[in-house]
Amino acid sequence: MANLEVNIHKLKLKNPVLTASGTFGYGEEFDDFIDVSSLGGIIVKATTSKHREGNAYPRMAETAMGMLNAVGLQNKGVDYFVEHIYPKLLKYNNCVIANVSDSTVEGYVEVAEKLNKLDHIHAIELNISCPNVKEGGMAFGTSCPSAIAVTRAVREVYDKTLIVKLSPNVTSISEIALAVEGAGADAISLINTLLGMAIDAEKRRPVLSTVTGGLSGPAIKPVALRMVWQVSKVVKIPLIGIGGITTAADAIEFMLAGASAIQVGTANFIDPHATVKIMAGIEDYLNRHGISDVKELTGGLML
Amino acid sequence: MKKQILDLRVLSNAKLNHNHNVLELGCDTPLPAMVPGQFAEVRVDGSPSTYLRRPFSIHRVDKGANTMHLLVKSVGDGTRNIASLTKGSLLNVMFPLGNGFTLTQNEEVLLVGGGCGVAPLYFLADQLFRKGNKVSVLIGGRSAGDILLAEAYRSFGNVYISTEDGTLGEKGMVTAHSVLKQSAFPFRMIYCCGPDGMMKAVAHIAEAKGVECEVSLENTMACGIGACLCCVVETHKGNQCVCTEGPVFNSKKLKGWTAETEIGCSLDK
Repeated sequence: MANLEVNIHKLKLKNPVLTASGTFGYGEEFDDFIDVSSLGGIIVKATTSKHREGNAYPRMAETAMGMLNAVGLQNKGVDYFVEHIYPKLLKYNNCVIANVSDSTVEGYVEVAEKLNKLDHIHAIELNISCPNVKEGGMAFGTSCPSAIAVTRAVREVYDKTLIVKLSPNVTSISEIALAVEGAGADAISLINTLLGMAIDAEKRRPVLSTVTGGLSGPAIKPVALRMVWQVSKVVKIPLIGIGGITTAADAIEFMLAGASAIQVGTANFIDPHATVKIMAGIEDYLNRHGISDVKELTGGLML
Repeated sequence: MKKQILDLRVLSNAKLNHNHNVLELGCDTPLPAMVPGQFAEVRVDGSPSTYLRRPFSIHRVDKGANTMHLLVKSVGDGTRNIASLTKGSLLNVMFPLGNGFTLTQNEEVLLVGGGCGVAPLYFLADQLFRKGNKVSVLIGGRSAGDILLAEAYRSFGNVYISTEDGTLGEKGMVTAHSVLKQSAFPFRMIYCCGPDGMMKAVAHIAEAKGVECEVSLENTMACGIGACLCCVVETHKGNQCVCTEGPVFNSKKLKGWTAETEIGCSLDK
């Protein structure tokens, strides 16, 4: 039996399979289908300092091997999260990670401070990469000074593992990665969605209420894989690969490119069993290749 | 009601008209309990341009035979692919999803369907009939060829028809049908499924007549289980997922669906 445990800074994951924020609700949506606790961990829907209604409908457009979304961080705010959602997460005995976003540095800090007190939130993932909000979100993740400012401010108030989720909508993802590593990030997850657009030619109108939205799904996998590989060359902190991962082979490719763990996102929408199938597939791969420890895959690409 | 993902076998595929089919699906294991108004998310295999599952109302359930039916309108490549499945094919179905209609007992009720909006109304009419309700069904379409399943509904009660071109039933919009204009309005509840404009107009009539109206929405969705938050509708309590808080809503809960709403109804929408 191969060892599937991986470490992301202080986090011990029982296996490298996590769920991408915004694609897995708060876990309970998947309880009918899978044993959520069997995953390496879950990253729950983004939490902001205040309640957010999100963007107007339509928020979704199907694309070739993927989809665009423009949800816009709909959530009930951190106080509601602490009071009503957190208690429901206690039933999961794996790592529970909260995704944190906001429109101001002060807002990020407020959420991080409140989550820092919750024993069963083992880490936070700083979302400086949401393309669907007018202020904040991706704006923080597309320039080094603002990425540094928000990472540093949150680092000061957050003691546990701090993951920063990067936007692919930048000229050089390596520069941003280095910047957040220098600002105190313990790990980096990448990539968030690629900014895209869909048009209804018959109506001559954009499909999404926000005109542009975030592209996810297998369509973005090659871009994500390239970015994980590039960033792995320049930073020392662990990486978590995200971008169209649908099969165990996809997950293994991200690990070979340099990721220590991976997140399954849009695939959850088509197959709620995707995560557990990927876990089983990784184990099968290790057995077939006589690899005793999944950690050996990380950065194992042969050039 | 635990949600399941099952590979169901196509037992029959009946063509209703040029772009509507009814698939009869069965399974070796017992199908989960379902209520009228719930829906299924169907995986589309063999259509390269289709990535996401497609939602369909549960059209009909035969508990004794352990079968369920889906009414499929061919819109794009994905739905055409499903509509062309032959007997014996397998279909990967996630269900039952969403809430259901409120089932009244021993009341006089009206079901209004426009176009493929009749899909959830068969299962509903069947269950309402069993609960002692006096069921009437009003079906609207552009033309006679668009009126689906009118005969099938006759076993549950009165069937009224309207077509925009007058080729069957009363001529005009479904919302202008005389059954909705009775001064002594006999119905205690209206159930409605169809284009948004039609449902809004029916909701407005219900409000004017002082009766409850439940509508079944079909917003574009991805996951079907409340995870992606893509299919939201604006309610008086904020944005809610059609897939989990709906697809059935009391029209009074929806923002912009009551009196101040401008009435517009065309099946073209």
